Amino acid sequence: MITTLYALLYYAATIIFVVGIAYRVWGYWKTPQPANIVTTPAPVTRTGVVWRMFKEVAFFESLWKSNKWIWIFAMMFHLSLWLIIVRHLRYFIDPVWTVVVLAQPFGKYAGFFFVLGGLGLLFRRFVVARVRYISAPSDYLMILMFIGIGLSGLLMTFVNKTDIVAVKAFFRGLMTFNWQPLPADLPVLVHLGLVAVFLIVFPFSKLLHAPGVFFSPTRNMVDNPREKYRPVPWLPPVSEVTFDPPHGSKQS
Amino acid sequence: MAEEEKVIEELTTEEALTDPLYVPEPVEGATEHVRSFPAAPQFQEKLGYPGERPENWQEVALAKMDELRGKFRSFRLFLDICVKCGACTDKCHYYMGTADPKNMPVARQDLLRSVYRRYFTLPGKWFPDLVGARELTEDVLDEWYTYYFQCSECRRCSVFCPYGIDTAEITMAAREILDSVGYGMKYTNEIIGKVFDIGNNLGLPKPALASTLEDLEEEIEDDTGVKVRLPLDEPADVLLVTPSADFFAEPHIDGLIGYAKVFHALGEKWTLSSYASEAANFAMFIGSYENMRRIALRIRKAAIDLGVKRIIIGECGHAWRAAYQFLNTLAGPFDFLDPKYPVPQHICEYTWEAIQAGKLRFNKEENDFYKVTFHDSCNVSRASRMGNYPGGQFDIPRNIIKAVCNHYYDMPEGTIKEATLCCGGGGGLLTDDLMEIRKKGGSPRMKALKQASEEYGVNKMAAICAICKTQFSKIMPYYGYGMDDIMSVHQLVSNAIVLPGSEQEAELDGTDENEATEAAE
Repeated sequence: MITTLYALLYYAATIIFVVGIAYRVWGYWKTPQPANIVTTPAPVTRTGVVWRMFKEVAFFESLWKSNKWIWIFAMMFHLSLWLIIVRHLRYFIDPVWTVVVLAQPFGKYAGFFFVLGGLGLLFRRFVVARVRYISAPSDYLMILMFIGIGLSGLLMTFVNKTDIVAVKAFFRGLMTFNWQPLPADLPVLVHLGLVAVFLIVFPFSKLLHAPGVFFSPTRNMVDNPREKYRPVPWLPPVSEVTFDPPHGSKQS
Repeated sequence: MAEEEKVIEELTTEEALTDPLYVPEPVEGATEHVRSFPAAPQFQEKLGYPGERPENWQEVALAKMDELRGKFRSFRLFLDICVKCGACTDKCHYYMGTADPKNMPVARQDLLRSVYRRYFTLPGKWFPDLVGARELTEDVLDEWYTYYFQCSECRRCSVFCPYGIDTAEITMAAREILDSVGYGMKYTNEIIGKVFDIGNNLGLPKPALASTLEDLEEEIEDDTGVKVRLPLDEPADVLLVTPSADFFAEPHIDGLIGYAKVFHALGEKWTLSSYASEAANFAMFIGSYENMRRIALRIRKAAIDLGVKRIIIGECGHAWRAAYQFLNTLAGPFDFLDPKYPVPQHICEYTWEAIQAGKLRFNKEENDFYKVTFHDSCNVSRASRMGNYPGGQFDIPRNIIKAVCNHYYDMPEGTIKEATLCCGGGGGLLTDDLMEIRKKGGSPRMKALKQASEEYGVNKMAAICAICKTQFSKIMPYYGYGMDDIMSVHQLVSNAIVLPGSEQEAELDGTDENEATEAAE
């Protein structure tokens, strides 16, 4: 029963996640950005832009300039998340890649930093009046969801150890359409339930910042508006425009 | 009123009055009463907008929002990806100066984002309260009008946002939506109408322009003994397009004299145009590509008609953005100009190149009364470049000042260059009906200047923006400075430049000769 429920949930969540993000990204991709609105000083070459984006995505350069506390918590949160994701690949692939094996010990303990980072961000949301003012209920819930994922994950890793082989069998089964039973421990169900929520909510929420940042025109454009002509798609070319008549020529 | 007391409490502590980057606690509604006058119907219509609010204004506004979402990736993306991290909340000079939380960049964006979420996203349709989505009501529209005209589109927030979200893009879109339902702003829209009717923001017709330029020629001749020309509508190699304030206002006009002297000293064949007698492009402020293009095309036509080889833009912040980031896109390609020069160029690039080549002679002592600092204008700093490397827009004006002045000092870190603080009057807010927000928004910059004055004895601030200059000459007296303590960079150039054949040259070389003879005897 629970196995069927979670199996269906994961099929649905995966489809919503993949199709939803693809649809959103397609929207960003096809929407024009007629003028070059890069925030300067900006790189004047493509390579420079790649480096700028790398620093932005890997080290949160702008956030570092902006606010050290948010930077520390955000860094903790996101770096841990990456390690955790890499570690979790072992439940979907067989045989397990070397990278994933290497990430295993780090990924296991990254869970603590993940929760800590999330708590830090949640704390700021409550305590800093400016941030509290801009927070909607969904902003709190989003962090609580991540903290919930982290805590339930830690619980099943360190406290109430789950039959992880069975969990892996469940996911491998989903992937090969050969369903295997899911261990019905509470932490597992909470953990997987919240992760499914995460997948479903992603394309409809601010989580879109992850793919979205790569499309940000103030960051990803080369500072070359004088050299590169970029026409506005919905305006007629200059060969077809009529100029305003000179002042004084209109009077009859 | 309790609110007012809270504002006063927040903004008058010792720290609040001295620290340029002081961040007050939010006081809700602190500047909700500050509203500019809306535009009269005849001015709306001139720009292609309805004069009155249509019956079905909600539909029209939402359709406009949808249209803009399809036209501008910036707008579409920025509405989606903000995570409300709060990094921008202490970065807006209007928030720092007013304590009104709706002046925090993310909160300003949310005024519109909340409506976008309600009508264009599933969570907003299904669970509006959960995600902070709301209906587009008349109150919301009024709130947009109020707070989107308390933003100077300075892009300071976009520097600090981890995703580069630029509130200016949202503000521009909001203003375009407001215009589409007949809710335009008097100051910006009347001025754009004036450009269409007469050719420039100030409404100076050609005869007035010509006589002003003649007066300036006389003035320069009186000062230097040299006949420096300010040609109008003459065939030339260089077309100078400058903000019309340069023809009329102080200290702008001294900058214009400076450009003329530089051109003269280099023997440049240059001209102004009565048709393109305005570098400013206020249509950028209201986010209207159609109107922005109509203004930009004047520069193209003037360049063609006068047969010039290159286009140079005078000292103006948003005009330099409109020229640097938009001119090519809206009125290009400029393949008929000399490909040796970028299109367009900034007057500072031109002057600095000549200084580097050793083609200009200066007597720096002429500026020895001044201890000068430089105010980086927002649009120059964060939406353009000068020279061929990133950050040239910070170095070139400073290099020019240092070449013509002996005493130059920077204001504190964090208030200059890419983190520069707005003058408080940019983005179309330079109108008397917004004086309160202008004064408050300018206060962080004024506090930074005060620090430089206390530390180094700085007594003059130079700028390369017509709006900054006008704004500062108005608000500096509130902070203990004189109206004329704001200067054009090219005014400093003008003071120090030694024109060939001028009285200044004779005096300098004469003295040198006398000294030489004295020494020999």
